[in-house]
Amino acid sequence: MDTWRNKLAIRLWPLLTVLLAGAGHAQTPNTCLDCHSALDPPYQVTQEQFSQDIHSQKGLTCASCHGGDPSKADPDAMSKKAGFRGKIERKDVPALCGRCHSDGAYMRQYNPSLRTDQLAQYLTSVHGKLRAKGDDKVAVCTDCHGVHDLRPASDPRSKVYPVNVAETCARCHADAAYMKEYSIPTDQFAGYSASVHHEALTVRGDLSAPTCTTCHGNHGAAPPGVATVQNVCATCHVFQAQLFESSPHQAAFAAASLPGCVTCHSNHRIEHPTDAMLGTGPGSVCTNCHTEGDAGYQAAGQIALQINHLDTSMKNASEILDRAESAGMEVSDAQMQQDQARDSLTKARVAIHSFNPARVQQDIDAGLQITAKTHAAGAAALKERDYRRKGLALSLLAIVAVVIGLRLFVRQIEKGQS
Amino acid sequence: MWSAGNGRPELLASIRKWLDARFDWAALTAPLRKKTVPVHKLSYWYFLGGITLFLFGIQVCTGMLLLLYYRPSSSEAFESVQYIMTRVQFGWLVRSIHSWAANLMVFTAFCHMFSVLFLRAYRKPRELTWVSGMILLFLVMGFGFSGYLLPWNTLAFFATKVGTDIAGQVPFIGRSLMIFLRGGEEVTGATLTRFFGFHVAVLPGITTLLILLHLALIQRLGMSVPPAVEAEWKAHPEQSREMHFFPNFLLRELMAWYIALGVLGALAALAPWGLGTKADAFAPAPAGIRPEWYFMFMFQTLKLIPAKVWRLDGEVVGILVFGAAGVVWTLLPFLERDGKGRRQRWILGAGVFAVAYMASMTIYGYLAK
Repeated sequence: MDTWRNKLAIRLWPLLTVLLAGAGHAQTPNTCLDCHSALDPPYQVTQEQFSQDIHSQKGLTCASCHGGDPSKADPDAMSKKAGFRGKIERKDVPALCGRCHSDGAYMRQYNPSLRTDQLAQYLTSVHGKLRAKGDDKVAVCTDCHGVHDLRPASDPRSKVYPVNVAETCARCHADAAYMKEYSIPTDQFAGYSASVHHEALTVRGDLSAPTCTTCHGNHGAAPPGVATVQNVCATCHVFQAQLFESSPHQAAFAAASLPGCVTCHSNHRIEHPTDAMLGTGPGSVCTNCHTEGDAGYQAAGQIALQINHLDTSMKNASEILDRAESAGMEVSDAQMQQDQARDSLTKARVAIHSFNPARVQQDIDAGLQITAKTHAAGAAALKERDYRRKGLALSLLAIVAVVIGLRLFVRQIEKGQS
Repeated sequence: MWSAGNGRPELLASIRKWLDARFDWAALTAPLRKKTVPVHKLSYWYFLGGITLFLFGIQVCTGMLLLLYYRPSSSEAFESVQYIMTRVQFGWLVRSIHSWAANLMVFTAFCHMFSVLFLRAYRKPRELTWVSGMILLFLVMGFGFSGYLLPWNTLAFFATKVGTDIAGQVPFIGRSLMIFLRGGEEVTGATLTRFFGFHVAVLPGITTLLILLHLALIQRLGMSVPPAVEAEWKAHPEQSREMHFFPNFLLRELMAWYIALGVLGALAALAPWGLGTKADAFAPAPAGIRPEWYFMFMFQTLKLIPAKVWRLDGEVVGILVFGAAGVVWTLLPFLERDGKGRRQRWILGAGVFAVAYMASMTIYGYLAK
């Protein structure tokens, strides 16, 4: 029996050795982290930090970028002979990342849908062009994506997660001292933080709402030119852009070198547009260019009146419907129709971008027809409420009379009985 | 037959004579004429049962009118109630009265039950009157639960979901009970059709039979006199008083019914019953889902019970306790022996506790977020 067991053990030993070696390979000790986790910043990289990195999760090691031999626990691990590259210079970072990220065949094995034109885009960006001129301050890959704990953009903790992008850009672009030599404004982040886009992204949690990279591009980041800014806005605001393109403003703005949408709506501080921006009043943006007596000035005044007319009609109808509803009247049909009137008002506000009062009037008329009906429904409901109350008063009087009559009748009967 | 000066009494006399000749009307109505009602300082509590019966009658009448327009399917129920409220002549009044009368009926039924308890009218020989009354109270609550879903609005939909979920927690039969109530795994159009069937056919049929039994027992056994009054009358027989049921008591009851009708009309005209928004099974449950107020004390208790009570699921413990309390309450007269004693005091104490508990838990349920 013992002999049989020994024979089996001797025959299986080589197989066990191979299996153990394989298991050992999968968990190769990363000697880089043994030392670097104990060092002080900036040399410190902890196991916990690196384990969060997408590259680490995909099986890459320190040596994948820095070279060397992490399996050795002696200075030979960091020798030129072992291919050790040491700290990557900032100027070399884009090319190093691009070594894998520009290689479609290599990247396909990890994420087939990931683009591989980041480096090519970067080279066309303001950052890339300045970098090529030897500017060491401009952003390279690691400035935005991080290093050693780099997470995919879909991870909410990533610096390039949509909600975090603006803050990542602001680290340099809002730093007046850092940006001084570039002579560009540093209030973009402050402006964007007060914008309707920022509110949509951070308050409403709409991850499709624009952040810096949506308009400027990410790897190919550059400011959109005056002539192309409306194309950038048009990627989302399609109807406004179409109307603008067929409006007289298209040619006029081009002639005056005015940057399309930005002229009225600003660029970073794009606040929620209000009706006060129309017309010829104090908050109007039309009067920035138009003066009393010109056709644009008249059209601005007319469009403001049209929008105000429908808005007031809607408010009046809503007010009467609310009163009817709070009196317990069933007006949900009319309330639903009010939503259609609201749609018409929204369409009219979009149609403003044609700067043509006749075009705006089409949507205004559609809305006014609805508000006329809903207002009438509210008035009818209040009339019905009054009718019910009068009916109630009469019924209660009749009931009181009957109760008194019954009481007297009972008294009369009981008098007879006694 | 028909004289100019005094036509109506003559006509009535003729009709009576006609009925008498064929059905011996005088003998048929003799018990009604002989029936008397005790008169004492607590007599007004006798009206509560009659008012509850009147409200049931209102429910039957308004329910039949609603049936002319209501359509019991998930795609049409809400719209049909909306149609009743907005397009049908006096539809708003009928539906509002139906909803308000339902709530008032539950309220008066509870008041009637507690008045019977505190006046100890359940004692021998009226044990079965109490039992039939308790079953009627449960049926009234069943009417409320099944009727609440019928407009197919958001609050009712989710409240029914929670309510049937709770029923699903009953040990052993819970899951089968839940599937039976829902007509499937989830609250769907099948649940609505089922609840409609319960509400307009099953429950009214059983309730009508039980009301007849309840009334027959009252007719047979007469009105109970509270023990204190009974003792006083025994000591001083000259003080005992009574009135004829017909017409004296019935006319007084009629006055109470008229007043109830006035209250109903005022509530329907000044605070018409709302409709809410149409139920959407795929929408998230809105905040503050609550059952009807008469289930609130149980709902709030189940919310407050810890997840685990000893080794048992807290909610299951709560359901078992309420179930056991319902059974014990129904069999209450059989727990009390004749004469005075500790059990009698326990029952009165339990009644006071039940009123206080139900009131405080209901208020807490509405105040708690």
